[in-house]
Amino acid sequence: MAKHTLSVLVENHAGVLSRVAGLFSRRGFNIDSLAVGVTEDPNVSRMTIVVDGDDYTVEQVTKQLNKLIDVIKIRQLNPSDSVARELALIKVTANSSTRPEIIQIVDIFRAKIVDVSKNTLTIEMTGVADKIAAFEEMLKQFGIKEMVRTGMIAIERGNQVIKIGSSEESE
Amino acid sequence: MKMIAAQALVKALEHEEVTTVFGYPGAANAPIYDALSKSTIKHILTRHEQGAAHAASGYARVTRKVGVCMATSGPGATNLITGIATAYMDSIPLIAITGQVSSEMIGRDVFQEVDITGATAPFCKHNYLIKSAKDIPKVIREAFHIASTGRPGPVLIDVPIDLQLEEIDFQYSKGPDIRGYKPTYKGHALQIKKIVEAIAESARPVICAGGGVITSNATAELTELVEGLGIPVATTLMGIGAIPVPHPLCLGMLGSHGVRAANLAVAKSDLLIVIGARAGDRATGQTDKFARQAKIVHIDIDPAEIGKNLGTNIPVVGDAKIILQQLLNYVDEHYKEKHYKTQWISTITQWKNAKPTNNIKEDGNNEQYVNPKYALSVLSEVTKGETIVVTEVGQNQIWAANYYQTVYPGGFLTSGGLGTMGYGLPAAIGAKVGSPEKTVIAIAGDGSFQMSMQELGTMKQWDIHIKIILFNNYRLGMVRELQKMKYQMNYFAVTLEGSPDFVKLASAYDIPGEKITNNSKVKEALDRALSYQGPYLLEFIVDPEESTL
Repeated sequence: MAKHTLSVLVENHAGVLSRVAGLFSRRGFNIDSLAVGVTEDPNVSRMTIVVDGDDYTVEQVTKQLNKLIDVIKIRQLNPSDSVARELALIKVTANSSTRPEIIQIVDIFRAKIVDVSKNTLTIEMTGVADKIAAFEEMLKQFGIKEMVRTGMIAIERGNQVIKIGSSEESE
Repeated sequence: MKMIAAQALVKALEHEEVTTVFGYPGAANAPIYDALSKSTIKHILTRHEQGAAHAASGYARVTRKVGVCMATSGPGATNLITGIATAYMDSIPLIAITGQVSSEMIGRDVFQEVDITGATAPFCKHNYLIKSAKDIPKVIREAFHIASTGRPGPVLIDVPIDLQLEEIDFQYSKGPDIRGYKPTYKGHALQIKKIVEAIAESARPVICAGGGVITSNATAELTELVEGLGIPVATTLMGIGAIPVPHPLCLGMLGSHGVRAANLAVAKSDLLIVIGARAGDRATGQTDKFARQAKIVHIDIDPAEIGKNLGTNIPVVGDAKIILQQLLNYVDEHYKEKHYKTQWISTITQWKNAKPTNNIKEDGNNEQYVNPKYALSVLSEVTKGETIVVTEVGQNQIWAANYYQTVYPGGFLTSGGLGTMGYGLPAAIGAKVGSPEKTVIAIAGDGSFQMSMQELGTMKQWDIHIKIILFNNYRLGMVRELQKMKYQMNYFAVTLEGSPDFVKLASAYDIPGEKITNNSKVKEALDRALSYQGPYLLEFIVDPEESTL
């Protein structure tokens, strides 16, 4: 099934996240990832939700989310017209013999080593889901001890912005 | 003006023109009750919090205002839940105000603490946990706005007791501006035009009217449209009364528990216009087999209902009344004359006459039982369909839906979506309080009646004159029927041995009553019950084999 990215502007209140998350489980929608943080306006948070499903599901998700009083605006992002990123932190087993090879892979992927110990390397990796998956695949041979991911965040390219309180879709 | 927040809350209710609340006090809402005692608002103490929620719901339906119920924290709040969920499924404007434990204690599982905003989120239109006492007036205003506009629904406000006691400066402003909540009322002009064209092209149009037609008070517009064009109307369970049931164009209720004429008309239609209905499974059955030949128009104020259950050719978001008015603008004399569906009307009239739902004859000389369909048919005759009938859930509900012929919107109240047993009596109490000049009849079965019969005490305490018609088959008739049809007659857990003598029970509350076991006694008994100045209970003994349809 296709993945769809929704940008959802919500009131920055306590409890909003649980309303949104609850809606997904209650209505049987599948979330691939959900990332949330405050926007340039401290009263507004922005959620990036990646939904797994067909057009019917995405339409239903959008309509049901819109019914939540705390949801201000929803936009489905077109992948070709937006930039999407995810951050992953990966702790991989490393000793003096494997370390150089890992560092080489890190360089190729333009990732970054953020912590080192006698038998581990912790790597910061930013990118789209595919790139992170490919990177993970390359590191598996060394032994991944732990991995943590933020979930996707996305923003539209160029002058387009999601503005509150206007039906204008772009500036 | 300085006052404690509990007083501010009650004052805010007064500003919202609340005259009656239904509730139950406890420790965590004691400051609100203290303030309420000094208010002009009448408080009706029910015998169970669920009764308070259902009563507020019945009150809201007949008054077209927001119903208000109250309960304390913990079990008081959880007892409201079924009432809130019932109101949510049927889009009833309801405010539930619950007391909560002290804010610094929240999360520590103290005495009578429960996360009621968390618990009710799935079936509330919105809810609030008050974090700051000064927000209370603003929250009350928002809650009433949200509950009563767009697609109505319940809103819960949870108020920690320490905040109830805090002093605040009371200011009340009208008209909240909630940026995430802007319902659409007017239909898109282009879509309206498409409907007009579709009606012109259609030979066999049917309108499916739901509860939204009643909520938006669109009966006059609906009737004008269908009379002008010769379009028959099938109603959903919630839509009963959207057009007077005896109207020649009213087909009755559609769906698995509906009547043949309505289902046949929908099956044969080439255009189905669904108005203010969510196309629930009981109305449509399997949607891929529903109205197969028809182009589907779906009009609803809630965009999420359109396309949710039923594929739609012409979706229109908006208020039923406004959209019907928009449609009527196109329907001039010329259009009417050209597109009146004469042929179709004669067909559906034949279907209707083949199995009428009025003037049911008493079948045979059964000395043991009353035929409930006959009894409801007689009730329609003697009341002319002008009373408010409130049903329970089970066979009694479907009998009443199909055989009591209400003549106005709001004359038939029932728990449609959730199917809540125990709804009927308390909802009837709310309806009578909201509409004291009307005769209110609670229709019950012996199962559902026992889920709320403690509310007889509420009737007595507040002198609420309801007529109760209790169909007693000593069984959970609908479940028994299901076991008969689908579980090889393996009857299990469906007999209600141990039920009280209902006439004696009523008498314990000073409510006169009688037991009737014969069709020939039904009319006189109904006459006695209806002419009696006060509440009355009629127990009709029904054959356990009596079918729902």
